[in-house]
Amino acid sequence: MALLSKKDSRLILDPLADNNPITIQVLGICSALAITAQLKASIVMALSVMVVLAVGNVVISLLRNVIPGKIRIIAQLIIVAALVIIVDQVLKAFAYELSKQLSVFIGLIITNCIIMGRFEAFALANKPWRSFLDGIGNAAGYGLILIIVGFFRELLGSGTLLGFKVLGDPIAKTGLYAFGYENNGFMLLSPMALIVIGIIIWVQRSRNKTLIEE
Amino acid sequence: MAKFTDKNSYTILFAIIMVLVVGSLLAGVAQGLRGKISENERFEKQQNILYAMGVDDNEGTGSVNFISTKEVEATFHKYIKKQLVIQGDEATEDDNAYLIDIKKEETHANDDSNYKRKLPLFIGEKDGVTYYIIPMRGKGLWDAIWGFVSLDKDLVVEGVFFDHKGETPGLGANIKERFFMDDFKGEQIMNGDAFVGINVAKGNNDPLNERKDDQKVDALAGATITGNGVTAMIKKDVARYIPYLEKLKGAEMKETTETVQVSDSLQ
Repeated sequence: MALLSKKDSRLILDPLADNNPITIQVLGICSALAITAQLKASIVMALSVMVVLAVGNVVISLLRNVIPGKIRIIAQLIIVAALVIIVDQVLKAFAYELSKQLSVFIGLIITNCIIMGRFEAFALANKPWRSFLDGIGNAAGYGLILIIVGFFRELLGSGTLLGFKVLGDPIAKTGLYAFGYENNGFMLLSPMALIVIGIIIWVQRSRNKTLIEE
Repeated sequence: MAKFTDKNSYTILFAIIMVLVVGSLLAGVAQGLRGKISENERFEKQQNILYAMGVDDNEGTGSVNFISTKEVEATFHKYIKKQLVIQGDEATEDDNAYLIDIKKEETHANDDSNYKRKLPLFIGEKDGVTYYIIPMRGKGLWDAIWGFVSLDKDLVVEGVFFDHKGETPGLGANIKERFFMDDFKGEQIMNGDAFVGINVAKGNNDPLNERKDDQKVDALAGATITGNGVTAMIKKDVARYIPYLEKLKGAEMKETTETVQVSDSLQ
């Protein structure tokens, strides 16, 4: 037997492309704009969201029959907030350096609409295992876009990737800079992230005709 | 039939239980990890102070590398010879001066104009050179920024360390990168006898920071407000120490002239 049934593997693969949370559902845009100036920050954010979304989905799914309908949004918020605080505290105690680098991102996870969206749309109506897969899938789809945007913004904006000077030194004028190339400082500002995401959506829609609305 | 979860009494009960469970869980986690976290914070402060006076594990010109947390306690006591608390005109020695919370001191001083705030000053010594290390705290774009600056006896910057709570990654957050901090080395904070501080300046046409006597370092693109925050922080906090450092310098000069006189009379 395969590790995942066909139905289950769709839960992971769909959000990567045809039902991507950022490019198709247009969720989680704010964090995609704010933290993608560097590739490293994008990767870390993607991983943190994956942990919180997968665990949160399982918790919500386990409680789905006992959460009162009237206060379910508040209940979801409390669960996300509690998870995020625990992750933050554990990192501070055992991986202090890493937690310093993440600082604001950890707190920002709470505000990510993908998380509340998946709790509400999937975990409240599905069993824990399927919810877990859905969490992993959606976080991966989100992370994929973040990493693509982070890659282009860091490369074109700072001429580096993960902090390494891949295009040469802009001040000492080596590498590409010797030929008069200049970094595009505009790429470091958030509006350019929106434009990069727009280009990704354009490419995706023109390749997949089923996504084009009438 | 209505589901049992729709009843008001159930909703209230659920809310109460959930708050109690989550609240005690978080309190338990925070309590259990507190010791470890405060130790980490203490080590970090020692690492930062040492970094400002050039005691670090840096290799080449790439990234910031502190003394490792395992060795930092011993290294700190090896290099930091004296920790002073300056209050008004008096300076007392205090081996825990590095734990003074500058933020609390500042609020206290703001609330009560008669309060003489405690100013911690660390005196380090490396290879025969004495460093005066001053803690600073100010405002960035989003949140607090802080740091340490080490001066030699002529009030020339020997090194700085900056950190921030929540500046934008890739922009303002770069104040803690070496390409920014290293620029401060060798800058003078005095212009003649007047205290100027160091300006984080845009367009000073000196990206390699070759002019050391202009009280200016090259700013970060896209981080104007964080840069202005750094300028303001240095101006505000280092200025408080200038009278004391001038006094030290004066005392030292007197001492040297006295020894000269003694040797003259011996002849």
